[in-house]
Amino acid sequence: MQVPAPFEYERATSVDDAIALLERHGEEARLIAGGHSILPLMKLRFAAPEVLIDINDLTELERIWVAGDQLCIGALVRHADLLASAVVGEHYRILHDAERVIADPVVRNRGTVGGSLCHADPAEDLSAALGAIRADVVIMGSGGERVVPVRGLQTGPFETCIAPAEIATEIRLPIRPGTGSAYCKVERRAGDYAVAAAGAVVTLDGDTISEVGIGLAAVGAPHFVASRAEDAIRGRRADVEAVSLAAQIAADECNPPTDQRGPSDYKRALAGELVKRALRTAIARCRGQEA
Amino acid sequence: MQVTVKVNGEEYSREIEPRLLLVHFLRDELGLTGTHWGCDTSNCGVCVVQVDGTPVKSCTMLAAMASGHEVLTVEGLEQDGELDPIQQGFMTEHGLQCGFCTPGMMLTTRWLLDANPHPSDAEIREAISGNLCRCTGYENIVRAVRWAAGHPRVTKTEEVAS
Repeated sequence: MQVPAPFEYERATSVDDAIALLERHGEEARLIAGGHSILPLMKLRFAAPEVLIDINDLTELERIWVAGDQLCIGALVRHADLLASAVVGEHYRILHDAERVIADPVVRNRGTVGGSLCHADPAEDLSAALGAIRADVVIMGSGGERVVPVRGLQTGPFETCIAPAEIATEIRLPIRPGTGSAYCKVERRAGDYAVAAAGAVVTLDGDTISEVGIGLAAVGAPHFVASRAEDAIRGRRADVEAVSLAAQIAADECNPPTDQRGPSDYKRALAGELVKRALRTAIARCRGQEA
Repeated sequence: MQVTVKVNGEEYSREIEPRLLLVHFLRDELGLTGTHWGCDTSNCGVCVVQVDGTPVKSCTMLAAMASGHEVLTVEGLEQDGELDPIQQGFMTEHGLQCGFCTPGMMLTTRWLLDANPHPSDAEIREAISGNLCRCTGYENIVRAVRWAAGHPRVTKTEEVAS
């Protein structure tokens, strides 16, 4: 039987209460939302927090809404709700593509968007998708809120820049007209973590790529993105050559680990191919040609 | 710590350790062993129960997190001495062999049919993709769900109306 080490349990009633509880209990306290990342780690004793602060009652963090030119997603939005959201699909198909291949429907009923980002697993799909989107994360502490780009959130495997007494409350996505997006993932079996995965967000001005975001999961890309590949094709014509160039640079700049999901060189080749497919689909969607 | 959980319509209060998982609360504290305990890693889905009407893997939820909420287990599917259509479907279409995955399968697919009374085969297979079966090859499970979709429970008010 896998059982976590003993801990104290607290239930937060508001964001302010969660922050106050984090401050009172210090560095060995952790927030728990869906629990599908932290509980498995606790069962394996990779994590042994002294206090768990349950934030499932913070319903104010469960909303998805549009504010001006931003799409806002509460940190406690479940994966299932992100997948079911029409407004999310309208602006960012990449998120629906990604959610369809994150775990399984029952796990998606519990796991949260904020929890996935904060867990910062190197193979986590939403970090790559939201990195490609260039989303921001709102982080609250007793001193107020600060906004951090998703691309700056992760400081290492399973590590983020969120301080012990802070809580991620919201993700903000820019809404850009003329944008198409897509996510492609290869997994060993349904619901598994990626062998490799790539996401693309493309904004076209006529035939020119005016902005592009390329996200990568599970292949050791710094901050889950291929920024050199983005720089190489921004301003170019959206054609086969640009797609191939980005794919090649992205494959070169990632650093996949050899593990039970495959050897490094295989994953590198796969990352390139998936970048190609994600870019092609994103561009087609941008042009209104469904792919 | 003290928890109060409504399980199959009945309220239970227990003094528990915060680290107790919901699956063990149901099995060991309440004696409801119809909820099975399998992989312990949220992969296999044999421990699926419904919490507030939504299927969750009870090996990856603390009993403490269920306090104040409503849990439905396989023991609660039967109503007024009559099996739920999903139970009848699994029986009629031979949707089980060893039966280890069956409670989780039924609580997941009951939820599917509540949300989508006429699912396609692809939708059924997608819904149960977090519930592993090592016996049936899934074919008869899909048939069982289709059977249940074709035989919805007739509620008392509908009987009176007709």
